[in-house]
Amino acid sequence: MQKIYKIENLDCANCAAELENALHDVKGIADVSVSFMNGTMRIEFADEDMAAVMTEVRRVAEKIEPDCEIFE
Amino acid sequence: MTKKLKKQLIKIIAAGVLFVLGLLPCFAETMRLVMLAAAYLIVGGEILRKAVRNIFKGRMFDENLLMTIATLAAFAICQYPEAAAVMLFFQIGEFFQSYAVNRSRKSISALMDIRPEAANVLRDGKIITVRPEEVAVGEMIVIRPGEKVPLDAVVEKGATSLNTAALTGESLPRDVQAGDAIASGCVNLNGTIEARVTSLYQNSTAAKILQLTEYAATQKAGAENLITRFARWYTPTVVILALLLAVIPPLVGWFDWNEAVYRAITFLVISCPCALVISVPLSFFGGIGAASRCGILVKGGRCLEALAKLRQVIFDKTGTLSYGKFAVHDICPTGSITKDELLELAAHAEAHSPHPLAAAIRSCYGKKLKLEWLGKAEELPGFGVRAEIDGREVYIGSEKLMKRLKLDVQTPQNCAAAVLVAVDGQYMGYLTAADEPRPEVPQALAELRKLGAQSLIMLTGDSAAAAEPLAKFAGLDTFFAGLLPADKVGLIEKHMMKDGSTLFVGDGINDAPALARADVGVAMGGIGSDAALEAADVVIMNDRLDKIAQAVRLARRTVRIARQNIVFALGVKLLVLALGALGDASIWAAVFADVGVTVLAVLNAMRV
Repeated sequence: MQKIYKIENLDCANCAAELENALHDVKGIADVSVSFMNGTMRIEFADEDMAAVMTEVRRVAEKIEPDCEIFE
Repeated sequence: MTKKLKKQLIKIIAAGVLFVLGLLPCFAETMRLVMLAAAYLIVGGEILRKAVRNIFKGRMFDENLLMTIATLAAFAICQYPEAAAVMLFFQIGEFFQSYAVNRSRKSISALMDIRPEAANVLRDGKIITVRPEEVAVGEMIVIRPGEKVPLDAVVEKGATSLNTAALTGESLPRDVQAGDAIASGCVNLNGTIEARVTSLYQNSTAAKILQLTEYAATQKAGAENLITRFARWYTPTVVILALLLAVIPPLVGWFDWNEAVYRAITFLVISCPCALVISVPLSFFGGIGAASRCGILVKGGRCLEALAKLRQVIFDKTGTLSYGKFAVHDICPTGSITKDELLELAAHAEAHSPHPLAAAIRSCYGKKLKLEWLGKAEELPGFGVRAEIDGREVYIGSEKLMKRLKLDVQTPQNCAAAVLVAVDGQYMGYLTAADEPRPEVPQALAELRKLGAQSLIMLTGDSAAAAEPLAKFAGLDTFFAGLLPADKVGLIEKHMMKDGSTLFVGDGINDAPALARADVGVAMGGIGSDAALEAADVVIMNDRLDKIAQAVRLARRTVRIARQNIVFALGVKLLVLALGALGDASIWAAVFADVGVTVLAVLNAMRV
């Protein structure tokens, strides 16, 4: 199951890379790619419970880039 | 320019003015210090705030924090102008990056301006405007001049020209009339048309293309991943080196604390990897944008890289190198009959046959059939047709049929398919038909060879006899005929090379597995089939073969620019690091090297 989210207010390309790196370790995510250029994020879910995974994704994002906003 | 960017620019200008004033010797010492401090705070306030926040989050190698440490250290060793300059130029670099990213985002979204906002749907005799998502299959929509086609549909009333540039990169408008299928995302130019919707919005052409482009940006190139991985250890390494540089030499007694801190600051100033990290995806983003302007959809930087390594191209025959439709190739009468007479008789004899060859003959004849000519006709399965035409007995069909009639015939050579004609027991000649090759094939293939394709191969399900003339005409190295769709994948695997990519070019009709298996799957003819769209790496929106060479050239240019940026940015950074450690680079040099690299790398990336 793959989904594309919009992600806004990312500071710089390196921050996007750091975020992507951190999200790789989130449980329930099979693959993730954050595109700073496009302001989008593609998440491939391993688990069925997408809502729980997304809560964790938002928590991680908050830590790395407090200003960023993720929406569908 | 966005609001955020404007605010940033105002800050930079204000700080810049204060900074320059702070450098002028005509002001008193304290006055100058106040102005420099003010410039520092205006431009660096945000960075200080983020730095403090990030300490609490435990992010030690955050660029905001590093810039804060560098500038505070500069203040501590009384390098006031340097402290302000580091902040100011760091922000200028950041501003420039954001500006470039915004600009190229905007150019892509303008390009992808195919999202229809509204649909005029006919319900209960009234035209109401709704969102395209709310229209059901089978409803009638009205499209006025200047409006975007909101959904895929078939025209039922009216005629007009459509601008398909956003979809196909084709600048010539396409004329449509009742019965023609129209794709969402085209712009209606001059006539009002009514059309019946054929698919829901989420399955429509426009929606599919938009999904594809969003997906494309997340398929990163190898170079991009390489550089982010590099950045992950670059910053910590430089910071640790800076720390060592600040502490060890004074303790050993090589030089004093001030000098040591000064050198460490030059390190911190160039520890930010952003220029490096942004220039690569910016290049690829530009490349993908430039390609879609030409009607070539590329699914991500990874595909561009693979395209650039072109070494071999494998083509599907039908629908790719050829039109995928039979057309009469040659008319060879024997005896007194003329070509036109032979064609006329054949067309009438084949009046009711569903065979593709019969259709080709009828369409070659082009005129309306003379109904009064048509007499009894019977199908002779496996042989052909016997028909009474204008009172004469006509046999038309294979060589086998003529043998059965005990007629002596010459066998047509070198053709995909032939039908022979006998009238009143006498052999009259034959017509050949072939799946016509696209006329631009030889030139397009020659161009691919020029770009370094070492072998050009064709795969086809047709017989070798049908494939050979086309292979010769196209200038292929070799071809494999009589294949089943499943055989194609196996053949591609067998021919893939270790270095360099193998392109597979198909029209997407039952070759999705082959498209997926090749290094680069190129689907021709737009978004015909969902499977092809998903499996392909590159989608050519119109079916022009010369676009493949164009895509390869664009890909090479993009990869070259990305590479230039990596080498250049890294080279300058390493040079300044070395000079900084030796004490030969001032903070000024480090600042200009860092911002200069950012600006040049970004400008270079925007050339694509």
